[in-house]
Amino acid sequence: MANDASAIEPASFWRALKARELTFFSGVPDSTFQDTYNAMVADEDIRYIPAVREDVALGVASAAYFRGGLGGVMMQNSGIGNIINPLTSFNLLYQIPALLVVGWRGYGGRPNDAPEHWIMGEKTADFFDLLQMPYEVLEPGELESTLDRLLGAIKRRSVPGALLVRPGVLE
Amino acid sequence: MIARYQAIETILNHVAADDLVLSTTGMISREAFAILDRPGNFYMLGSMGLLSSFGLGLAVLTPQRRVFVLEGDGSALMSLGALPLIAAERPGNLVHIVLDNEAYESTGAQPSISSKVDLEEVAKSCGYAWVARVDGAEDLDRALLGCVLGDGPFLILAKVGIAPIAGIPRVAHSPTDIRDRFRDFTQRAG
Repeated sequence: MANDASAIEPASFWRALKARELTFFSGVPDSTFQDTYNAMVADEDIRYIPAVREDVALGVASAAYFRGGLGGVMMQNSGIGNIINPLTSFNLLYQIPALLVVGWRGYGGRPNDAPEHWIMGEKTADFFDLLQMPYEVLEPGELESTLDRLLGAIKRRSVPGALLVRPGVLE
Repeated sequence: MIARYQAIETILNHVAADDLVLSTTGMISREAFAILDRPGNFYMLGSMGLLSSFGLGLAVLTPQRRVFVLEGDGSALMSLGALPLIAAERPGNLVHIVLDNEAYESTGAQPSISSKVDLEEVAKSCGYAWVARVDGAEDLDRALLGCVLGDGPFLILAKVGIAPIAGIPRVAHSPTDIRDRFRDFTQRAG
């Protein structure tokens, strides 16, 4: 992935997020964007709390809204199941926004990726459709416009929204 | 053993004007609402187990104010992984209180496993800065006096009874009203 010239570099990704005042993150690592995750951990301008589960990460990150900001969660799509309850009975109920950056393992379903990712790989976007949450699929070269569209929807509706990241798009 | 309602009264008596108070789903939020409703209270109506994570985020972002997390044994057990995370982050302003009645009272007092698991030892081994187990109202009062801003994270395990209060009202505010007034309150924080 690091050799793919079209992939978004970690420095560009974090520059774009920090320019939009996203500096408070929690999450559980994903190999889809391994280098980007490591860059976040090392970034002194970002306060990162390493969560033990994705729901814990969402609870932590949601606090940023109460200080006038917007928190972010970095996670793999396998963790979507862990955040359905906080999404439905906390973030969507109280209308507390957050940005979810979700690595899309098993994109396209079987036979892509390892077997444990096949079903979630096929259903990932369906969960956000079902919950009527805003989401965008990140494409190389469209980082800034995609972020502006997604963050616009997140703030307008005051709900969490997801940036879905296919393998190879973000280093 | 303390009556939970009395334990929550005792806790709220120790809350300073600037402190944030988070309460978990079920009876704990309903009783906190009935005893002392204030804009600095956040009533978590659902999402059992999420409260301590939300409290950790708030504690990190508002270091000049104490953040009280009031949850039950069922809620603490559901998100037990949050305990070592809180201890690892060491927010000195977090006061984590587990009101332990060894049961899921709101759903009919089915037993939890906290009679067989020592949550005091769990919190100690996770690395909380200070842990106390209290069985009476005076002990609870004394423990709360020790919760000085900056010296935490604290965990108080308060053994409470199963004593549902007839006619205890539900939280009367809408979720977005709870959010808005709590957000205004929190944004004023230093």
